Parts: sequence; C-alpha cells; structure tokens
Amino acid sequence: MPAVAPPPTFSGYGLGLRREHYQDFLDAERPVAVDFVEVISENFMVDGGQPRHILRQVRQRHPVALHGVSLSIGSADGPRPDYLQRLRALVDEIDPLFVSDHLSWSRIGDFNSHDLLPLPYTTEALDIVCANIEVAQSALGRAILLENPSSYLHFPEQAMSEWEFIERMCARTGCGLLLDVNNIYVSAVNHGFDANDYLAGIPADRVLQIHLAGHSQGAELLIDTHDSAVAPAVWALYAAARARCGDVATMVERDAAIPPLPELLAELDTARRIGAKGTA
Amino acid sequence: MTLAQLQRDMQAFLASGSAASAARVSPLRAGLTVYQNNYRAQLVGCLEQTYPHLRTFMGAEAFHYAAVSHIGRRPPQAWTLDAYGAHFGLTLRELFPDNPDLHELAWIEWSLEAAFIAQDAAPLAASALAGADWDNTGLVFSPSLALAPLRTNAAAIWDALQAGEAAPEASMLEQGAGVAVWRRGFSTSLRVIAPDELAAFASASGPRGFSLLCASLAERLGAEEGIARAGALLAAWLASEMVTGLTTYEEVEQ
Repeated sequence: MPAVAPPPTFSGYGLGLRREHYQDFLDAERPVAVDFVEVISENFMVDGGQPRHILRQVRQRHPVALHGVSLSIGSADGPRPDYLQRLRALVDEIDPLFVSDHLSWSRIGDFNSHDLLPLPYTTEALDIVCANIEVAQSALGRAILLENPSSYLHFPEQAMSEWEFIERMCARTGCGLLLDVNNIYVSAVNHGFDANDYLAGIPADRVLQIHLAGHSQGAELLIDTHDSAVAPAVWALYAAARARCGDVATMVERDAAIPPLPELLAELDTARRIGAKGTA
Repeated sequence: MTLAQLQRDMQAFLASGSAASAARVSPLRAGLTVYQNNYRAQLVGCLEQTYPHLRTFMGAEAFHYAAVSHIGRRPPQAWTLDAYGAHFGLTLRELFPDNPDLHELAWIEWSLEAAFIAQDAAPLAASALAGADWDNTGLVFSPSLALAPLRTNAAAIWDALQAGEAAPEASMLEQGAGVAVWRRGFSTSLRVIAPDELAAFASASGPRGFSLLCASLAERLGAEEGIARAGALLAAWLASEMVTGLTTYEEVEQ
C-alpha cells in the first residue's frame, strides 16, 4: 500500500452545489442548513473567472467535497497528467473534505467519452485500476474515494463480483469508498443480484461518504438519471447501509430537473431521520 | 480480450456505431444502447448549451443536424466536456461553407464561453502609465481577450438574440470590421471594432509595441492625427479593462 495519508472521517449531511442554487448558498443572511457541500471538480478546474470565485466564497462557509467525473481511473493507459495537475491545484486551494471520482473509465488514447463507462471485473482490470489509483493518490498527495458505478452491461469475462473487486481495490491501494446507494439499487435490478449481498460484501470500514439520488425506468433497464426524488426502495437500502457502515457523511445528488432548494433540504432531512435511527 | 482492446472496441462503438466492435464488447445490446444514447445526448446537450443563440438562429433541426455531424467528425478529446464546443466552428465551415454568418456567430459564442473562465488578471490603472518609456513599451492585454475579423452582421444578430429580440436577416457588412470579446470582472463583453483597431491590437502587444503602433498610425494618418488616434485607442482599452500590464523590450528578449 502506498504511503499516502488516509482519507479523513466526517459525519454530516450535505448537498451537491449546483448553479441553480448558487445564490442560496451565497446568501450570508440565511445560511443553508447543510454540514458540507459537494461540487463537480471539473466545473472548477478552470483558469479563472466567476466559478472559482463562487467556490472560494462557499468554501468560507462550508466544508467542500470535490467529486470528479473525468479522472478515468479505469483507463488502460492511465490517468492524464494534465488532468491530475489541474485537480491538484484545486485541491491545494480548496482543502476539500474528500476527493472522489468513479470506479469507471471515460478515456482511451485521445478519445474521451465523457461518460462513466463500465469496467469488466477481471484481475487485469484490478491491476490496472490499482496502479492508476496509486498514480492519482501520489499526484494529489492524499487518498481518494471511488464511487461504485451504476451499470448497464455485464461482461462475460468477469472473474469476480463488483463488491469483491471493490474490496480488493481498497485493500491494495488504501483508497476510500464513496457508496452510492442508488447505484447499488440500479445495478442490482439491471443485473439481477441481491443488493444486500453487495452491502455485505463491501469493506464497510472504507466507506467514508454515501450518495443518494433518483433514477428512472428506461426501455429495458433502470437508468441512473439523478432527475427525481430518492425512491422508497433506495431509502430502505440506505437504512441498511447506515446500519452496516455507521455514521458517515451522506449527501443528496440532483443533476437534472433541479427543484428549489427547500425540496432537496427536505430529502436531506429524511436522510437525517434514517441516519439517526440507524446509529442510535 | 485485454482491457485496452475492450476499451478500443467501446470507443469504436460509441464513436461510429460499429456493430462488430459492439459484439466484441458485450452480447447485451440493451446496455450498449444506453451508453450510446448517453454519449450522444450529452454531447448534443453540451453544444446546445454552448451555442444557444446559434441554435435559435439556425433553427433546432438544422442545429441538431450540425451537432450530430460534429459528433461523427470530431469525437471528444479534451479532459473536460465544456471544451467540446471548441471546434464546432470547423464543422460549420465544412457543412455550410457559404454561410460566414454562422461561422462568425459560432466564433462569438465560443469566445464568450472561453472568456468567462479565462485566467484572472487585474486591469491596469491609468496611473501605472506614468513614467513609461513609450519607445520601449508594449501592452499586455487581458488573457480573456479574443479578436477576429468580421464580414457579416453576426454581432448584431448576437446582440438581438441576447436581448430577447428577433434576429435581423444575415447580411454582409459593407465594410470589413473586427470583433473583440473579453471579460471585465466576471462579466463578458462583446464589441465591434474598426479594422484599424483590430490591427492595432496586434501591433501594440509586440516588443516596443506602442511606439510601433504610433509610428504606423502616424505614417497612415499624419503625425498629429496618428498620435492622437493611438492615444484614443489606449484610453479606450484602459477604460474597457482590456489592458492588464506593460512589457518592455528587455523583458521580451529575456
């Protein structure tokens, strides 16, 4: 395992900071009742201008988690050094709670799909992902968190389950796990596995943050759309996740059809109530 | 199949729809279709977000045709999705070679997008010019500044659409012009400029730029009028917060 500082532990409830709510979060008279905010890293890995200015202001009021979508930790040819340099500069400025991305790949060679594409859970992919995590953690000077993906494909050559892959990945690299409960549910329905087997199989002590989001029914598969409220079945799975993982940071994600802030804060209150029961 | 081979096949499937590549990736066509839809929808959405006035001006159907063509011709490469619109103008030139209004409107919208997140730089105060050795000084312009020649009324089209008004018919300008896009504080600006101002930006930023600019304007307009024109341009650039520093010949040489 490489010599990087372990991710910090933090408990509390947060929301994703989205453009539609910037003014709410910048209103000094009425602070938003969250314990932290999470931002999409790439939106702020820019040279200058208003986005960085807004993030600096929000950071003065709340702890911030950086959540990326383009690290491409599963690329066979490794993460891009220029991407890591930009992310490191943001990390150094913001001093985030967590730096996270997804257990997926987006880029190969010069092609960048800008989508979170699935990995086959093979020993070769595990070796590549672990090597890439070590490159990223070394470049960033800290341990990262990786989020379990929602997936719509199953590869015939898979040698292990997703949760076995994650357990080995965390053990080899020291990285943390950002557990997306909605993604577990979506993938369980799409691939026909038991979500409780997944929860039982992950390394609970490596779970440092939980995501909650909504999904939609596609033509044949459930789709992780982040455009609706958290579904009842996902709340039930969240309760089970909290019972297994303890008092870890939880946030609600909404990336499309974004409602007024009070609606999201009400969802966060639901998470608080479930969390209070689960850790009482 | 190695991971690299699988990822190359997925790339080929997403970028070109290759059935052979898809078959090698997975037998589950429904799942592959989800990823292909996500890929295309996200890129089309990015172009729509980057070029809202161009889309209005062209019409949704023509814009969608151009967007889908762009995705086929130029798959995304940059680390950020926000950069995907950077070369949309090239695709427009290939699809609509006789529509400079579209090329120029696209340039304006992309330049505004780029200026919004360009490197920060404080504007130069007029007091900083005191004591400058004008024979040996060039101007440093804002990192957000982008300049281009203008042949059509694309800037007027953008202005009208930005104001929520109906766009004028596209037309060629009677005389050539230029357009400048830059950022003041956190707000982006757009201004149509005369051809001599467009040329002046290039002159003024080189080594000994301002003295060369004065000399060229004096040669064209006469000494008195040329110097006055150079002074007026400098005053306008300072007032517009386009100038962020001075550079001397020695600094450039180093």
